[in-house]
Amino acid sequence: MIEEHFSTGESFVHGLDPRIKIIVAILFSVVVAVSSSFLALIPALVVSVLLVALTRLSTRKVFYRLLLVNGLILFLWLLLPFTFKGETLFTIGPLAGTKEGIWYASRITIKCNTILLTMIALLATIPIFTLGHAMDKLYFPDKIIHLFLFTYRYIHVIFQEYHRLINAMRIRGFIPHTNLHTYRSYAYLVGMLLVKSYDRAERVHRAMLCRGFDRKYYTLSRFSIKIGDIVYLSLMLAAILGLVVLQWRLII
Amino acid sequence: MHISEGVLSAPVLVAGVAMAAAGVSVGLKKMDYERIPQVAVLSSAFFVASLIHVPIGPSNAHLILNGINGLLLGWLCFPSILVALALQALLFQFGGITVLGINTVNMALPGLICYYLFSRLVNRERGFISLGAAFACGLVAVFLSGILVALSLLFTEESFMSVAKLIVLAHLPVMIIEGIITLFCVAFLKRVKPELLGGIHEKGS
Repeated sequence: MIEEHFSTGESFVHGLDPRIKIIVAILFSVVVAVSSSFLALIPALVVSVLLVALTRLSTRKVFYRLLLVNGLILFLWLLLPFTFKGETLFTIGPLAGTKEGIWYASRITIKCNTILLTMIALLATIPIFTLGHAMDKLYFPDKIIHLFLFTYRYIHVIFQEYHRLINAMRIRGFIPHTNLHTYRSYAYLVGMLLVKSYDRAERVHRAMLCRGFDRKYYTLSRFSIKIGDIVYLSLMLAAILGLVVLQWRLII
Repeated sequence: MHISEGVLSAPVLVAGVAMAAAGVSVGLKKMDYERIPQVAVLSSAFFVASLIHVPIGPSNAHLILNGINGLLLGWLCFPSILVALALQALLFQFGGITVLGINTVNMALPGLICYYLFSRLVNRERGFISLGAAFACGLVAVFLSGILVALSLLFTEESFMSVAKLIVLAHLPVMIIEGIITLFCVAFLKRVKPELLGGIHEKGS
């Protein structure tokens, strides 16, 4: 259920320094998110597809992820062409589709998928714990990293807890319907999860104190910049710069 | 309700990041190291709870629970929700890096507002007032989230008006369900673990 689908692999990208990948992912996503010209967005999409291709992840899995997220985009495609004011391009009965609406919807589709592919290629290929350590090395606030890693650690435990509870409910003949009984049962389930989590937190905290927790998160992972990292970083910075030029030449 | 990548304009994204950063830094300041395990384990509980789909007629909706999150965590709901959203982005690719700020604000700010509006009332002895406040807390939190999502879209582009209206409409049934769930959940916690409702954020040094 809750798995890191893309974090393990033998590819060149999986071996890159996570710090480099985080920096590139943030820069690239931000530039794409604020771009509006197709002249910049289409090359950006091509770059992101290349990035994913380099990771040698299963195309089927990546495609499946994209499909899930594009459900929302489909919703926009159904609405935007008919609700945007602008030049009418076609009509379906009383509905008039505008050119502006279609442009807008295509722009969103490209941006969304580009950023998504970049995330899959760069961030999802880092195991979450390594990601935490890399954020630490990049001077993210201490407490947020603690919180991030702890939360991730306990999601699995609490998910199992959830499964035990829901199975117990099913064994007793619980079938969800739209009625008060269902909502009350789910509310008690959530309440029980919170109570169990609270108790667990107490135990975790005591266990941490017993092991000499002194507000630091020690890691054994050492990151080192290799030639491959430098090449990758330079190429990506060049690509990002290229996008910036393509985008803002049109505005100025 | 997540806003996907690529939908919002740069000013909205920047405003989102700024507001989220402010909220998260206040939250982090109020969170001692001693309390990190508690907040983390509760955040994971909220993460798991948001995977629960409850039926509404022929359809279903997943729980949001930002009302009760705010009620339990106060200002700490900002870091809690930020971390949960970041994990959702990383594990399921829902939402992404550039919308992390605005999505955090859209979920956490209503939680915080509900904390200030309803926390006292929920902790009253009188069952009736307390449960009414719990219902309102769940309902108002989701309603405000819907409004904030709609506003984020409208500030991006005025032509989003009809999309924004639809989103607020879609929030209406979810609001009521969240109200009911919050009500029963609070009633349950009051009986089983009242200290949880007392506020984790106020305890200790």
